[in-house]
Amino acid sequence: MFAYAGKILHVNLTTGETKTEPLSEEMAKSYIGGIGLGIRLLMDNSKPGTDAFDPDNPIIYCTGPLSGTMGPTAGNGYAVVSKSPATGGVGEAKAHGFFGPDLKRAGYDAVVITGKAPKLSYLWIDDDKVEIRNAEYLKNATVNDTDIKIRDELGDFYIRVSAIGEAGEKLCRFAAIINDEFRAIGRTGMGGVMGSKNLKAVAVRGTHDVNVANLEGFKEYIKMIHERMKGPATKKYKTLGTPENVLVLNSLSALATRNWTNATFEGAQKVSGEYLNEHYVKKIVGCATCGMRCDHIAVVPEGPYKGSTSRLEFECLWSMGPLCGVDRLDAVIEAMRITNEYGMDGISIGVVVAFAMDLYEHGIITKEQTDGIDLKFGNAEALIAIIHKIGKREGWLGNILAEGTARAAELIGGDAYKYACHIKGLELPGYDLRTLKTAALGFSVSFRGACHLRNGAYSPDVKGKVNRFKIEKGRGKMITDESHMYNIIDSLIVCKFSRGTYYDGWKDLANYYTLATGIPMTPEEMTKDGDRIENLARLFNIREGKGTRAFDTVPYKIKNFPVPDEGPAKGLCVSDEELQIGLDDYYASRGWTADGIPTVDRLQAVGLGDLAYIAEGAMKVAQEAKAQGGN
Amino acid sequence: MVRPQDRKFVTADPDKCIGCVVCEYACSMVNEKTFNPNKSRIRAMRMGPLVNLAITCRHCEDPACVAACPRDALKQEENTGIIRVDENACNGCGWCISACQFGAMNMHPDKKIVFTCNSCTDNETKEPQCVKWCPEEALTYVTAETLAQKYRQKAVRNLFQTAEEAKKEK
Repeated sequence: MFAYAGKILHVNLTTGETKTEPLSEEMAKSYIGGIGLGIRLLMDNSKPGTDAFDPDNPIIYCTGPLSGTMGPTAGNGYAVVSKSPATGGVGEAKAHGFFGPDLKRAGYDAVVITGKAPKLSYLWIDDDKVEIRNAEYLKNATVNDTDIKIRDELGDFYIRVSAIGEAGEKLCRFAAIINDEFRAIGRTGMGGVMGSKNLKAVAVRGTHDVNVANLEGFKEYIKMIHERMKGPATKKYKTLGTPENVLVLNSLSALATRNWTNATFEGAQKVSGEYLNEHYVKKIVGCATCGMRCDHIAVVPEGPYKGSTSRLEFECLWSMGPLCGVDRLDAVIEAMRITNEYGMDGISIGVVVAFAMDLYEHGIITKEQTDGIDLKFGNAEALIAIIHKIGKREGWLGNILAEGTARAAELIGGDAYKYACHIKGLELPGYDLRTLKTAALGFSVSFRGACHLRNGAYSPDVKGKVNRFKIEKGRGKMITDESHMYNIIDSLIVCKFSRGTYYDGWKDLANYYTLATGIPMTPEEMTKDGDRIENLARLFNIREGKGTRAFDTVPYKIKNFPVPDEGPAKGLCVSDEELQIGLDDYYASRGWTADGIPTVDRLQAVGLGDLAYIAEGAMKVAQEAKAQGGN
Repeated sequence: MVRPQDRKFVTADPDKCIGCVVCEYACSMVNEKTFNPNKSRIRAMRMGPLVNLAITCRHCEDPACVAACPRDALKQEENTGIIRVDENACNGCGWCISACQFGAMNMHPDKKIVFTCNSCTDNETKEPQCVKWCPEEALTYVTAETLAQKYRQKAVRNLFQTAEEAKKEK
């Protein structure tokens, strides 16, 4: 095989056993790599109903077919897939940086890790040599310290480490896995799954060659992408970066503020991309093999957080800035830095803190319960203090918030659920769904819970391609089509910031795949792969009891708290009626039943006939429930 | 007679280099027909987000690697300054690796002998491939003299700029 390593590694942490199996060409072509291959391996290597923190829940590291090649942005990625402790459904996230290519060079398309190590350990993959090593000396170490100490211990600077921090060890349900200091497998709590296995890190050194099928053709292709990356398609990421969104969304009344209390932020200027770049950004760096660059490295020049250094993107800036009512970038940079040190999802952490601030403002939690922290919106010191508590699971509140908003709301009880902004247990990212309604529908059906990157449904709203103030017929198909593209992007593991450089969309991506792997692939076949992956993920969620219509919804606050800000968006929220219209439209466009279950015909059409039993079982349950409801 | 002004080598600008390792991949692609940074003649160091630099052979005058080799396996090409490795004579002892202050000598993982920058030139640009591919234009193919000129110009510009600013402040 070209580009692929052709091998899957299995590691059992309980017994210490390891074995490899070949990756078949059929499996490679059907699921590509990354999340596609990962979700299929998750389905095949887990039993229904296994708890996310059970040793039997596998955590799967995957490379993509392009990992380890010179493919700009694609050469450097990896994905992690497991059952999510936040949603109970598919958990997956990707990270770039420098880790992925070494895993490929070590000779693996995927590593399936099961079991639980008897004590805190790390996995050392040195080409064919695989070893479970002691990590007790790394207990509660930050992600970056873990990286440095493991490389010191093994004596090779170029070893790559993907690690969890204290939050992951303490089973925070939105803990991240981080490589290269700030490159995160951020969403859906994959770090918590690592922690539950006593697995502090995966360290890898790969020395083998990665060869592509058509070197000359591949070289010409990447030269073309390099040229395009110098052009308009990536300009945003190379100049202001994603924080450019702050003022754009604010002008659209779509900048969720103070836990979706407001849709505009009076302090937006002070936390804008413009302000960040002028006052804090020291250098813009990039990942391995990238022909662009996007990592805006911000350094605080003065004040209480002087010297604090972190990469900062829009989502995390927003979650710890406007969403918490904080208009001080020095505090946001420090908050980001410590979030990375503890190893937590930079989106979820801000939403969790904003949720707690909302409860505090409404008297649902008291100053006694916060251990004296004055958890008001806008209090930057309180933001930092509570992040430390969550990272360490310290105090009553810190411990509860580490469970994520959904569980925290249940544990706190009373009216707390009204302020918990999550979908399927995953915290909302930085868009006000009350004023971006394609996004509301798209986020509600995303298989990993609230996510802007499963189908990019915010994009038609923000770009003004649709009437963003209502959900109407046609949005379903829009979301369906885009979801296929996003699935392939995450299976090839090309960076989403580069998506604009594939001018010919599917044609470019299919060509890229064939040049690298030598496996013939048409744009139509690749689209079908995207469709297959979406249906597969849905089936996993259904199998785990989280995949039907009732779970495709938006938070209480989005439905019941109208936008109070003056302007064209005043009074808007998402009504249940329009959401149901949207869901009907979306399921119809997918060929799913009204309960949101893929039909057997549909599954056979996308090559998932072997899993149709899951859909059939769910349909039977749905019919029985209806029959009972009728009595 | 070869003058130092004629010998060119690849150097990275610390202000521009971001440690993206595109140079490593380009080098192994062109010289080894594969993708493998371990087979690259230029290596990037990323010591932290703000500390990045790619390093390769600087074709020193009176090179320490050549002097260190106990088997006379290394020779410096008179015209270009390129260090040529006699593949039959080198036994991979690595003495040249410890002699080089830039860590620019590398052990080839398959051949088990040392290898270093060969200034592979591109037909179009007449520059090494890493320079051609560098997306940040951080790599340049220079002589010691042009490099000195570049930093001299920078120093003078900075000096006058500082003086201008000081005047304005007054």
